[in-house]
Amino acid sequence: MAVKSDLRTFKNAAWLGWQMEANWTDPFLFATYSIVKPLAGTLILVFMYLVIIETSGSGMEMADSPYFTYMFIGNAFYMYAAEVLFGVTWVIHDDREHYMTLKQVYIAPINFYAYVLGRAAIKIAITTVGVLITLVFGVLALGVGIDLGSVDWPFFIISLIVGLACICILGLALGGISFLTAKHGEGINEGIAGVFYVLSGVVFPITALPTWAQSVSKVLPVTYWMEALRRGLSPDAMDQLKASYPYDVTGLGGFDNVFLMLVLVVSSVIFFVLSLGIFRYADLIARRKGKIDWTSAY
Amino acid sequence: MSDTWLMRNLRAVNGRAYPRIIGSKREPSWLFFDIVLPLLTVAAYAYIYKFNNAQEQFIGYVVLGGAMTAFWLNILWSMASQLYWEKEIGNLQLYLMAPISRMSILAGMAVGGLFFTTLRATSTLVIGIVVFSVAFTLSNPLMILVIFVVTMIALYGMGMMFASLYLLFGREAYHMSNLMMEPVYFASGFYFPVKYLGFWAAAGASAIPITLGLDALRQLFFAAGSGDAFLPVETEAAILCVLSVVFVFLAKYSLDYMERLGKTSGRLTLRWQ
Repeated sequence: MAVKSDLRTFKNAAWLGWQMEANWTDPFLFATYSIVKPLAGTLILVFMYLVIIETSGSGMEMADSPYFTYMFIGNAFYMYAAEVLFGVTWVIHDDREHYMTLKQVYIAPINFYAYVLGRAAIKIAITTVGVLITLVFGVLALGVGIDLGSVDWPFFIISLIVGLACICILGLALGGISFLTAKHGEGINEGIAGVFYVLSGVVFPITALPTWAQSVSKVLPVTYWMEALRRGLSPDAMDQLKASYPYDVTGLGGFDNVFLMLVLVVSSVIFFVLSLGIFRYADLIARRKGKIDWTSAY
Repeated sequence: MSDTWLMRNLRAVNGRAYPRIIGSKREPSWLFFDIVLPLLTVAAYAYIYKFNNAQEQFIGYVVLGGAMTAFWLNILWSMASQLYWEKEIGNLQLYLMAPISRMSILAGMAVGGLFFTTLRATSTLVIGIVVFSVAFTLSNPLMILVIFVVTMIALYGMGMMFASLYLLFGREAYHMSNLMMEPVYFASGFYFPVKYLGFWAAAGASAIPITLGLDALRQLFFAAGSGDAFLPVETEAAILCVLSVVFVFLAKYSLDYMERLGKTSGRLTLRWQ
């Protein structure tokens, strides 16, 4: 019964999220919006890499570089981390300070986690469109090294699902912290997403970081998620990248796929327990300090 | 222009700037979220250049660009979408009833926003310089000041204009701000010199004041910057002066238009549409 109720809450929250995301405009404009944003983010990296090649005078082609494929795939899937983390924390701020409905949602006989995750689910769906468009653009226009014939589909799909679950769990913790921060505290998701961006080997291998930072990288689940996604989606480019350097360039070369998956699952479970604790604690403090219907719109 | 009118509007500027400045003091968590955490994105871009053994000045460009993102984010989220947000929470009608110029309200927002945004940008710059050992040069500090000031006037003029337009967009305001982040980071060359986009693309992007402001600052801060320049600094300064006048004028015009339209269509107090 409780599961049925939670599923209904999840479904209705997802529908509400979709209405809030998409009903402000006509479908064509929404589609344009959904395409332009991820592509522009990707083009920043593309041009940065073009500038590097042009100023180095190496005469190398961008498409020939396994590093370019490494960076492109990492950046495409990082959209999930950025958008889902932003989406979950924004639910709290938007409902509390903009629509001022958080208190009504709170006193409704529903599971609040199911509500937040339902709102996040629609973010995942919209981001998936952005990720797909980015990857297709990369393969067709920029020669990113993804060969559908050599993709390790089972490994890729399982990694994707486990990683997404992990991101949602982290989002829940940030959602809890959002209870206690003012409107400008939305920067928290930008910041946490930034931690992953710099420390998880999203756009450059973690071996480029100082040794102490590499140790931090190796406890972040996103590091293993990115590595697993790349190995699943573009095993050839990953092999080429490893062969181009005399050392273990990714810093994770010694781990096989099974170990990567195991680390991903275990770290997700650990973060799940931590996130739940953070959310509950923040919720308690927010209620004690009367912050559930707080507005800070200065 | 009577002294009373002037004083009233100066008080309005002060009054609107006050909650932004004092608000940031009362909720200091932003110091961590807005200063320390965004540095990480800057670090990621810097490491891309570092990993690929790019020329040294590119890391400096990233640090400078990362610092300037604070101003663009402030324009989008605390200027452009602010009147819409004020309408949503019921303050807009109070502003319109007050015997003051609407421009004073927007100017107050800009002054208040500039305060903590400058703090954030300066912190990013200083920490970036220290962490990545970036070699900045200060050969022409007066010109740096001139470029910064005209860029800010043009940029906040643009933000004031957007504030009125966003009111017309309604709920699209949030999406518009979201949409104008990465595309503008890309087109304005926040993380790479804009000249690499090609002349016409860079010329088009110059309509956004921060494009030329950044290009000029890169030339002034880095010895090798002139090699990556789109236009000479003096030309960019002149264009920025023109943009400042144009955007402030357009801000006034669009504000009057929005108010007139809002009153005739009865939507000024209508929320959640």
